[in-house]
Amino acid sequence: MRIIVLLKQVPDTDEVKMDEKTGTMIREGLQAIINPLDLHALEEALRLKEKKGGEVVAISMGPPQTEEALREALAMGIDEAYLLSDRKLAGADTWATSKALSKAIEKLGKFDLILAGEKATDGETGQVGPEVSAMLDIPFSTYVNRVKEVTSEGLVVSRVVEEGYEDQFLPFPCLLTVVKDINEPRMPTLRGKIKARRAELKLLKADDLELSESEMGLKGSPTRVVKINYPKISRNAKIYSVKDLNKALDDLVDILKKMAVI
Amino acid sequence: MDFDVLVVGEVRNSKIHSVTYELTSKARELADKLGSEVEVLLLYSRCEDELEDLIYRGADRVLFVKNEELKFFNQEIWTNIVTDVALKRQPYIMLTGATSSGRTFFPAVAAKLNTGLTADCTGLDIEEETNLLLQTRPAIGGNVMATIKTPNHRPQMATVRPRTFRPLPKDESRKGEIVELKPDESLFNVRVKTLRFERDESQNVNIQDADVVVAFGKGIKKPENVKYISELAEALKAAIGASRAAVDAKWIGYPHQVGLSGKVVSPKLYIAAGISGAVQHIAGMQTSEYIVAINKDPEAPIFRIANFGIVGDLFEVIPELTKRIKLEIEKSGGKNK
Ligand SMILES: Cc1cc2nc3c(=O)[nH]c(=O)nc-3n(C[C@H](O)[C@H](O)[C@H](O)COP(=O)(O)OP(=O)(O)OC[C@H]3O[C@@H](n4cnc5c(N)ncnc54)[C@H](O)[C@@H]3O)c2cc1C
Ligand SMILES: Cc1cc2nc3c(=O)[nH]c(=O)nc-3n(C[C@H](O)[C@H](O)[C@H](O)COP(=O)(O)OP(=O)(O)OC[C@H]3O[C@@H](n4cnc5c(N)ncnc54)[C@H](O)[C@@H]3O)c2cc1C
Repeated sequence: MRIIVLLKQVPDTDEVKMDEKTGTMIREGLQAIINPLDLHALEEALRLKEKKGGEVVAISMGPPQTEEALREALAMGIDEAYLLSDRKLAGADTWATSKALSKAIEKLGKFDLILAGEKATDGETGQVGPEVSAMLDIPFSTYVNRVKEVTSEGLVVSRVVEEGYEDQFLPFPCLLTVVKDINEPRMPTLRGKIKARRAELKLLKADDLELSESEMGLKGSPTRVVKINYPKISRNAKIYSVKDLNKALDDLVDILKKMAVI
Repeated sequence: MDFDVLVVGEVRNSKIHSVTYELTSKARELADKLGSEVEVLLLYSRCEDELEDLIYRGADRVLFVKNEELKFFNQEIWTNIVTDVALKRQPYIMLTGATSSGRTFFPAVAAKLNTGLTADCTGLDIEEETNLLLQTRPAIGGNVMATIKTPNHRPQMATVRPRTFRPLPKDESRKGEIVELKPDESLFNVRVKTLRFERDESQNVNIQDADVVVAFGKGIKKPENVKYISELAEALKAAIGASRAAVDAKWIGYPHQVGLSGKVVSPKLYIAAGISGAVQHIAGMQTSEYIVAINKDPEAPIFRIANFGIVGDLFEVIPELTKRIKLEIEKSGGKNK
């Protein structure tokens, strides 16, 4: 089995700042980590490889420092890592990100499965997985919490939806986005880390993608962030001490009655 | 006709899902600003609700596709049909709910149509000078609100967080038409097969549709104590939510998790008991209408986003609250809601 994992590097902080002019995130100076859900995608890929044999390849699009994320993935045990990094790709929305990734994937040769996170913790759209699959014209599923069966033709997966679980069959090649319930990601081993430090990253540039400039980066993005607000979330709560529990409950019950909740 | 708004609705358990009415209402407002029409598209195998209801609540036209193949959700069939309808009808704006199905098929449709898609919006408006759709959404764990435009590509597409907009009241004098669509057979010929759907019978799992969510965290200390929460939830006919810490401890299943790596909820009332209020949790519940926090630590960040807080031991507060609510319901003649 040849599995491609889509890895996104995200800022590891809650203090993310935006460039008010371009409406894009200022990523410099922030600690960066692998998008937490992508670790679960990676783990699932490694487990499938352990069971069925084959190869796990990761690809990430981002600034040069994305190399760190790929080295971490190498330390966890993937076989090959591709870094797609180019100024021309900067500022991409999900359409332009997916376009670039799907063109890059076409360069990586035959594959059976693409695994991605259900969503990234920064942009939080959850759109890149489904968009990549549509652009590659392969079947896909989302919110996958279990790979139940692997046959030579395809997979049976379970997905979590609002009211329960749905089982789906997908023939190869296909794409899945996973939720954290699917597995417990492993830690990189010391041996893995040493190997990862020496491993060679494969670099891809915008020119490798056979895309016109009008399909790339900010310029190629159909959506445009035009305004950013930092909402003040405080609601100025009425706070009661448990010493005044009776009064608190009187007031609360009144409020619930007014809201027609009871 | 050039500025029509197309809502892709949802039929769940043979009923028109509330998000469909919410979006129809918003679409009506947008279409009135644009001087255009609202069309609602429904795909289903069975629907017990009257389609006229959508016209009474703001639609000019209801388009429906009825087919046995639509019994279970199938992202590929949905993508095919919705893309086909969009190509034929050329809407100016296309909206669907940011539900598990909307967030699945809509990005695929956007990719096929080569247009932009704004995710999980909580605000929509028309910019007067340009007639463009202004799409507002929270991102980065609710730390920013971004306003997004799709200046040059059509349709302008957005998924919208359920429970964000209010349905219009029923106006039976409104007129409109109901049209059955018969998409080409080939659109049902797909690679993904939905094999079965298993309803989660564990208590009150549908936290995204609930009016009231009672959520607990690490503060309940051990699994036996979940019963205090269940009792309160039962009295309020509420769904049960949980922090990730509680889910990781296996005190309750993952479908109940609220937050950045769980579900996003916007109920009328959210009660958080023994939850500290980490940003990743808040990201999943801060758009709730009214938030009640119960925590023994007065410094817990959850109090900063609450409307109502009780500083104290939840084991003292929750049973007392449950008792009071039951009493209140009894007094009002046992009618809960
Ligand atoms: C505040 C804000 C709001 C935004 N809103 C929108 C919006 O509504 N619509 C829109 O089109 N764009 C939007 N964007 C842009 C969007 O965040 C970027 O395009 C981003 O690169 C991808 O989207 P995401 O973070 O939402 O990823 P998601 O779609 O949430 O990511 C899902 C998975 O796709 C894979 N993946 C995603 N990006 C990469 C990558 N670069 N390399 C490898 N794998 C990847 C990972 O497996 C990841 O887990 C917004 C950006 C900001 C800053
Ligand atoms: C990438 C990432 C994604 C995440 N996603 C999520 C997510 O989706 N959802 C989520 O919830 N978290 C998420 N987290 C975890 C989050 O950071 C917190 O760790 C988690 O929310 C804490 O859960 P908690 O409030 O139940 O536990 P704690 O933070 O341990 O808080 C327990 C609270 O209970 C109170 N308490 C204790 N005893 C009592 C008592 N007897 N009476 C009253 N109060 C009491 C304490 O004062 C404390 O405030 C994520 C973290 C990361 C890094």
